[in-house]
Amino acid sequence: MSKVMSNKWIIAIYVLPALLLISILIFIPLLLTGYYGLMDWDGVSAMEFIGLENYITALQDSLFWDSAWHSVLLALFSALSLAIYLTIALILASKIKGANLLRKIYLIPMLLSSVAIAQLWIKVYNPSNGILSTVLGWFGAEKAPLWLSDTSIVLYAIFIPILWQYAGFYILIYYAALKNIPESLIEAAKIDGATPLQIALKIKLPLIMGVVKVTIVLAIVGSLKYFDLIYVMTGGGPNGASEVMASYMYKLAFSTSNFGYGSAIGFLLLLITLIVTLVINKLTASKDKIQY
Amino acid sequence: MLRKKAFSLLAGLFAVALVLSGCSGSEDASSDGKKVIKFMHLWPEGSSKKHHDIVENIITDFEKEHKDVKVEVEVLSNEQYKDKMKVLSASGELPDVGMTWSAGYLEPYANGGKFATLDDLLEGDLKDSFVSGTTEAYQVDGKTYGLPLELNIASVYYNKAIFKENGVEAPKTYDELIKVVETLDKKGVEPIALGNKDKWTGSLWYMYLADRIGGTKALNSAIDRSGSFEDPALVSAAEKVQELVDANAFVDGFNGLSDEEAKSMFMNEQAAMYLIATWDLPNYTTNEDVPQEFRDSVGFFDFPSVDGKGDMNSYVGGPGVGLFVSESSDVKEEAKEFVSFFTQEWGEKSVTDAGVIPATKVDGESLDLPQMYVDVLDKLNSATNITLYADVQLSADVAQVHLDQIQALFGKEATPEDFAKTHEQALSK
Repeated sequence: MSKVMSNKWIIAIYVLPALLLISILIFIPLLLTGYYGLMDWDGVSAMEFIGLENYITALQDSLFWDSAWHSVLLALFSALSLAIYLTIALILASKIKGANLLRKIYLIPMLLSSVAIAQLWIKVYNPSNGILSTVLGWFGAEKAPLWLSDTSIVLYAIFIPILWQYAGFYILIYYAALKNIPESLIEAAKIDGATPLQIALKIKLPLIMGVVKVTIVLAIVGSLKYFDLIYVMTGGGPNGASEVMASYMYKLAFSTSNFGYGSAIGFLLLLITLIVTLVINKLTASKDKIQY
Repeated sequence: MLRKKAFSLLAGLFAVALVLSGCSGSEDASSDGKKVIKFMHLWPEGSSKKHHDIVENIITDFEKEHKDVKVEVEVLSNEQYKDKMKVLSASGELPDVGMTWSAGYLEPYANGGKFATLDDLLEGDLKDSFVSGTTEAYQVDGKTYGLPLELNIASVYYNKAIFKENGVEAPKTYDELIKVVETLDKKGVEPIALGNKDKWTGSLWYMYLADRIGGTKALNSAIDRSGSFEDPALVSAAEKVQELVDANAFVDGFNGLSDEEAKSMFMNEQAAMYLIATWDLPNYTTNEDVPQEFRDSVGFFDFPSVDGKGDMNSYVGGPGVGLFVSESSDVKEEAKEFVSFFTQEWGEKSVTDAGVIPATKVDGESLDLPQMYVDVLDKLNSATNITLYADVQLSADVAQVHLDQIQALFGKEATPEDFAKTHEQALSK
């Protein structure tokens, strides 16, 4: 067995199918996108090589930077909401009544398709007939905010279903990580007289730091490239108020028929995400190895 | 040992299943010996029941007459259809027969050699069948790349019952319209249903205002570059739009509502007026799924004149969707036959079964048609001008600027002057 495993050629063969799959589905299209970004192409006629013009235009395009800022806002909110999910997971992991049931309920939004969630929330946010506006009316509000058409709140209005969609995912990850902590450590702390809050903050949290770092990267990267709900609920509008990088890229390519410029934006999105990931990894790197 | 065998057997079966499911798709077509025409259209059963049913009937009839041909249908909703067309044309996988819009939308496909020319059909079976001007909109460089199915004009449909309840009458001038809006608003009734998330809906309002204030020339010459978009008439039309918004004419949150949501508000009697084109006529005439009471209470009026200006017989509208044949289709002959068959059948059935206006000439005399349909047809026949929708006339990138600016204008994020300037810049590129 060890003879097989130490042979480099055998390892290469085992890795090959997955490598091929990833190359064809991910790496090569990435490079092609960067390549198409060098062209002037409307998707139907022939391509025309224009060098870095698209990329330079993108860097000077205020709409692009607006959309980038919206993506960053989403990433920030996602990262901050992780604290809420962690708290919920901590509560669930301790032996409270109904923890099992609650866990399953929190997971339900993850099972719904993005489009279903979008349609649901569009109906909730409807200014005339939506649940939200009706309930606010009971509490005496004269005119409910125009959730999806008021440009100052539309972005935040969409953030809520986005965070709601992924809450279950992160809660589940944290819950699993917390469950992995050996009971003996918790008991030892209890015997030493630690309060539940102290146990949570000083013992459990440091022990799952590795997992927390991973979820931070997941949340931020996932938010930077987020597309689904933005596209279905508002299409980036009104007037670009809820545009994020991915929806801007889609609009350029498919609505304006400017595949060259859209590809350039897409490639820039990739670069931004890579840089952010590297920065996060550097910031959260630590020499400690967690062992229990 | 047994577990290992069971596992590898399971894995083997799984792999075989995968391979088979991948294979079976393409086998079907050739194993039957029948030729397959892939047809894509945008009338889903849910939102366009009558249209959908007519298409099904036409396909069944076609397959009966041509036993060696099978038609495979794919149905998408309007916005999805537009997206999918772009994807398919970029990957070179357009269906054999599909739907397209005219003018600016059609151009890249025609110039890129994606659509086949259909002049031979116009010389043959379909000679002289079309209303004048409709096929011209589908021409590029003198060659025809699509055959129109629909001919539409936009009118303001209104709920007569709501109007009567609130003591208002159909307005003939813009000032009367503002008064109607104010009265309804005071009484807590939403005056106009508008779903401007889709943007082309707001564009209808703008185009009519531009047509009334600037005459038929203003908008058209700005677009064909013989004039400028910063023409005072066009700026004035933009100002009027914002006047309407300030008067609370449109439903709450209209800039975030889709056209379907606005339509359902009008259909549920939550709004008094709705500016839409004749493709929606069936909902107010023949569609059995809509309560009879509602259908009876709907009327329409021509867009009002503004400050005494405007030809009431000038309309915003034009040929709607048409059929195209893909240039790279391997069943081109059969596809063209299907298009010819479809157009002729559609010409008859769309009138009697759906109550919409086809692009082929309609003999209104001999058929028993709903009164509203006859009235609209009369208007169409006496129209002095039909201005084609802006987002169809313009090329894709300028059309998108137009649509975005419409949303900005209605949302009061752009001043009328900026609105005009941005258009002028986009058109000058």
